[in-house]
Amino acid sequence: MTHWLFHLPSAPLSARIGLALIGIYAILALFAPLIAPYGEAEVAGAAYQPWVAPFYLGTDALGRDVMSRLIYGARNTVGIALITTCLAFLIGTALGLLAATVGGWVDTVLSRLIDVLMAIPSLIFALLILTITGASAAALVLVIAVLDSTRVFRLSRAVAQGILTMDYIEVARMRGEGLGWIIRREILPNASAPLIAEFGLRFCFVFLFISALSFLGLGLQPPTADWGSMVRESARLISFANFATWQTATFGLAPLLPATAIAILTVAVNLVVDWVLHLSSGLKD
Amino acid sequence: MTKLLEIRDLWIEGRSGDDWHKIVKGVSLDLARGEVLGLIGESGAGKSTLGLTAMGHVRPGCRIAGGSIRFDGQELVGASAQTLRDLRGRRIAYVAQSSAAAFNPAWRLIRQHCEAPVCHGVMPRAQAEAEAVRLYGEMRLPDPDQIGFRFPHQVSGGQLQRAMTAMAMACKPDLIIFDEPTTALDVTTQIEVLAAIRDIVRNHGAAAIYITHDLAVVAQMADRVKVLLKGEEVEDAPVREMLANPREAYTRSLWAVREFQPAPRDPAPASPPLLKIDGVDASYGTHKVLENVSLTVPRGRTVAVVGESGSGKSTTARVVMGLLFPGAGKVTFDGAALPTTIGARSRRLLQRMQMIHQMADTALNPRHRIREVLGRPLEFYLGLKGREKEARIRELLTEIELPPDRFIDRLPGELSGGQKQRVCIARALAAEPELIICDEVTSALDQLVAEGILRLLDRIQRERGISYLFITHDLATVRAIADHVVVMQHGRVVEQGDKDRIFSPEHEPYTDLLLSSVPEMDPDWLSRVLDQRRAAAS
Repeated sequence: MTHWLFHLPSAPLSARIGLALIGIYAILALFAPLIAPYGEAEVAGAAYQPWVAPFYLGTDALGRDVMSRLIYGARNTVGIALITTCLAFLIGTALGLLAATVGGWVDTVLSRLIDVLMAIPSLIFALLILTITGASAAALVLVIAVLDSTRVFRLSRAVAQGILTMDYIEVARMRGEGLGWIIRREILPNASAPLIAEFGLRFCFVFLFISALSFLGLGLQPPTADWGSMVRESARLISFANFATWQTATFGLAPLLPATAIAILTVAVNLVVDWVLHLSSGLKD
Repeated sequence: MTKLLEIRDLWIEGRSGDDWHKIVKGVSLDLARGEVLGLIGESGAGKSTLGLTAMGHVRPGCRIAGGSIRFDGQELVGASAQTLRDLRGRRIAYVAQSSAAAFNPAWRLIRQHCEAPVCHGVMPRAQAEAEAVRLYGEMRLPDPDQIGFRFPHQVSGGQLQRAMTAMAMACKPDLIIFDEPTTALDVTTQIEVLAAIRDIVRNHGAAAIYITHDLAVVAQMADRVKVLLKGEEVEDAPVREMLANPREAYTRSLWAVREFQPAPRDPAPASPPLLKIDGVDASYGTHKVLENVSLTVPRGRTVAVVGESGSGKSTTARVVMGLLFPGAGKVTFDGAALPTTIGARSRRLLQRMQMIHQMADTALNPRHRIREVLGRPLEFYLGLKGREKEARIRELLTEIELPPDRFIDRLPGELSGGQKQRVCIARALAAEPELIICDEVTSALDQLVAEGILRLLDRIQRERGISYLFITHDLATVRAIADHVVVMQHGRVVEQGDKDRIFSPEHEPYTDLLLSSVPEMDPDWLSRVLDQRRAAAS
């Protein structure tokens, strides 16, 4: 598509930082069992240990090593968010481009259906469905992907409608090209820039959404480590912490660790997306 | 004569990526009070850039690299924003090419008209409005008392352009810059706007810079003409002198398209026509755009469809191509009735007729390389693959005079306007069609480039015997390449026949109006035509 890897040597500093951070996250996620000093659910010591060796980031209420759980959390949370976002884009883009290209009643039916879905507050809707289906990883991915694909649908449909007014679409139609060719070869390459930008943004939202669900107890289930539930478990500690000394203050900083992990990844993804967007919009003119 | 504007050795640079390239290269210019100077050249010659600097303005991404601009003794290069603001709109005014884009669509015309005089404190609003009505009358706008209270979308293109000229006159400026004010208009509208602009500039004794690429237009408007090429001055002479005796070869080439003559053809063979349109009606929604249109395209010949915008020329093409469903009538291709929708046509039938669009920019997918643009029809219609396809793409590129090695891997964004249009022609040729519909294929191009395209089309027709249905509003083009002419107005065919018959006297009043509205290379043409029309009306 946009051979962005080819442009890597000329990437600006911001994109390099973003890529490096994502790389670190990816390595942590892929090799979590090798890197983490303790197991994901292993009770390694006493509860609420301060940040000293061997627990460099302390332990949680059950005495599990926080650093190990953060590393495993990268694998669980990021992996699921990535799969979900990809799925949401697959559904949303396919339907959006189809609705715009075919038009007529297909467009009307799809658009109204999406409107109905969007009218329901997504968090409440997700909670409802997950309460019924049970909070398995597959259900989580499917529900969030469908809910998020509504935004992607809207965007891709609007972008495609602009592209459809171009003469080259008319040329393809007059050549006798089928729907598949028109959508894949004529529209999609030209719609990629805004879709890539949206991908970065959506990924972050999905990520936060999963964390929010976990925080509410309907996301990934314990003892699986994920950053959302880690924030929830340790959130109360802030108010009990004694900030008089460094040793005791670390206790109160516990909820900030997974939150920071989420924030840094979000920023890193957007740094890279900005650059890819710049590249692909630059190719356009 | 006192000098109003003196530009000396002006250099302007534009940024592309990280480096600056020169747009205007050391041009000097003098303008006396009340004088009208024509700036002429093809696109990219730097004529608009030069025209704008007369207001001390450079476009974003450009900068003045050297030289001086003196307006009425005052230096504009490096002048403060406040100084420039005092001049602009009050003493120097600007009329843009696209008035539809230059007017704010949310405000009524008169409110925009009064903005400059009120802001500059020249006159209070009530007086400015009275003045506006007077100027609208002077520009021969219909219903001058009321027209100012309309929104820009409620008046026609020609009226909007006149309203814009009236707006430029609001503060009685010493200098007006006209940037291609009639380029986007039909010939029949253009003549009215030209007459109105010329009279108002003369009556107010203002000096003007008139930018255009049409030498015939500049001949009517200017006292003196300056020809630019790639940012450099080619020639500067009084208009009559230049027309009678152009010094430079480039100046002569500017009216090349008017002199293009196709190679003679054999007399028409007595074969049945390739395309026959018979009594076709068509409408967009409830709005009827075609009424009882009939025409035929013989094999190996060019039929030109002419008319102003909205006359139904392009709609006829859309019906033929199956993009628009005809309400009545019949289209026959090679003796067989043509199915009305693309879906009902066989691939073989689609292959036999191709279309080339006006805007090559939007007719090429910006993400497809030339290899893919040309390769697809070869693969789709002819089933060519791999090396065979590659060889054919190279043949096609050679045929349109683009070196294959340099162009095959380019994206459309890396081509010039003329090159893009050539690629579109190659794409149509790739299908090996019998009929090509050319929809204003040269309208967006410079004269010289357009001439090259016409030559190419003419050669292809001689070699391959392809028929053209050539849609255009430019009569010079028609004169150059058509065998047969169809004149359309308001969705109806007004007159049709051989080119020689249409272009000789004794025809329908509308054809007459259309033909007599085409500017000629004669400084007295405008006055003469207007006198004739006035005499005919009385």
